[in-house]
Amino acid sequence: MLEIKNVSKTFNAGTINEKKALNQLNLKLENEDFVTVIGGNGAGKSTMLNAITGVFRIDSGEVTVDGQNITNLPEYKRAKYIGRVFQDPMMGTAADMWVEENLSIAESRGKHRTIKWAITKKDRERFRELLTQLDLGLENRLSTKMGLLSGGQRQAITLLMAAMQKPKLLLLDEHTAALDPATASKVLALTDRIVAENHLTAIMITHNMKDAIQHGNRLIMMNQGKIIYDVSGEEKAKLTKADLMAKFAEIAGENQESDRMLLN
Amino acid sequence: METLLTWIGTLPGAIGQGFVWGIMALGLYITFKILDVADLTVDGSICTGAAVCTMLILSGVNVIVAMIVAFFAGALAGLVTGILHTIMGIPAILAGILTQLMLWSVNLLIMSGKANQPLVGFQFRDKVLISTGTNNIVKTLIILGIIILMLICALYWFFGTQFGISLRSTGNNRSMSRAQGINTSFTTVFGLALSNGIVALAGSLLAQQQGAADINMGRGAIVIGLAAVIVGEAIISKISSNFFLKLFSVIVGAIIYWIVFQTVIFLGLPSEYLKMLSALVVAIFLGVPYIKKQWFSKKAVLKKNA
Repeated sequence: MLEIKNVSKTFNAGTINEKKALNQLNLKLENEDFVTVIGGNGAGKSTMLNAITGVFRIDSGEVTVDGQNITNLPEYKRAKYIGRVFQDPMMGTAADMWVEENLSIAESRGKHRTIKWAITKKDRERFRELLTQLDLGLENRLSTKMGLLSGGQRQAITLLMAAMQKPKLLLLDEHTAALDPATASKVLALTDRIVAENHLTAIMITHNMKDAIQHGNRLIMMNQGKIIYDVSGEEKAKLTKADLMAKFAEIAGENQESDRMLLN
Repeated sequence: METLLTWIGTLPGAIGQGFVWGIMALGLYITFKILDVADLTVDGSICTGAAVCTMLILSGVNVIVAMIVAFFAGALAGLVTGILHTIMGIPAILAGILTQLMLWSVNLLIMSGKANQPLVGFQFRDKVLISTGTNNIVKTLIILGIIILMLICALYWFFGTQFGISLRSTGNNRSMSRAQGINTSFTTVFGLALSNGIVALAGSLLAQQQGAADINMGRGAIVIGLAAVIVGEAIISKISSNFFLKLFSVIVGAIIYWIVFQTVIFLGLPSEYLKMLSALVVAIFLGVPYIKKQWFSKKAVLKKNA
């Protein structure tokens, strides 16, 4: 489904702030894989997602989705294949526009946007049905400004929007990090449901190790722009938080080691 | 009593001015409010519209055709700003200023090198759509009213279409728009072209209303347009968030602006101060909400700590 081949990206190359964010990264996802991604700050998790979605051009390597090379496609053209939910609930929707307008925008993703009237009565009914399924009491708020909803409600709608055109790939960048624990678990449950119902291939970044273990069928850990740990299936099912903590400690030691070598 | 009557006598003229500048402000609304871009091209493109329309009428072209050509001339100016901004990465304000400066030369060329091209005179009286000043004011107001109504309906329809709401989301949240597959560079360029087309259309009406195209007629136009947009918003935003009313409020804002303007002149303010007054009105309307917010949040913090 998704293949990342030898992808590298260095920010601020040639300056004192040079940062090698992705270092010859390789990742291959099968159909309907649901991968959780963990790793420390600056490990390259978000950069990996941004490389897939085309927020910036990569320095080298190749990204293919479903066999199609998308490395040189602009961000808005890749959107046809990719649904995204961001960490910041403000990022995924247009705050000054109505709920139904946001949904309509998502519904035209990957299609030609015509000068047909965007929201018909029929659309409105379908939107209401979709919102009813969220079970957040949003079905009667089609003409509410998005910005007036709570963070959890906005993330739920962003999820809905991301899945609307059944993308080949769903990318979740710590999409529950800004929510309170109760709302976060609600949104996570909804994530599982949407991924399962639509048979989506998904990548979810999280800082919560419990979530990383509980969700998905595969887990990868990143460090310094590379994947350093990759478990799936049976092995992942048996994974415990303690295992991950040990792995983290191991990396921390290595990082310190290389720092020491540099200093010497 | 007599002064009151004289004052009332100035109103139709002010409303006529308000109508024409209201059309200009509708164009500005698209960039300033919908696309969230401050576009200074308008100071040039309003004059482009006036110049194109005037020269075409002078050479015997039908006034409606002349106004349509003026619209496209303005759209072309917006296109240039859009390309400078999106393809060449120049900040929107600077891109607008650059185009505006280019337009100074272009406008002079259009007007055959003359800084002023009068449109008055017996032979053109039947060739224009609206009359100068307060001549035939009722007819002028009716024609302008119809144009405004058509324009607002067209904009209301356009911004409710699939493509139209992608323009609105571009102004609202660019990264979200791209994530939803919207080519935000294209929508921005399109919005700038549409906006400047409407501004040029207003310019073509302004030339007929003033009886001339003048190279200086666009100076400070953006400030008058902004005044109309924000005064209108201040009134309507408290009542409704309906998009149709929002567009309508821009016209109301422009009319209020010109009534205040005429009143101040009527009360005897020397005309040298008028541009200063316009700028101050805009500064106050933009600044007061900000200061109010700062001040109130400070007070809230003090209260909390007390």
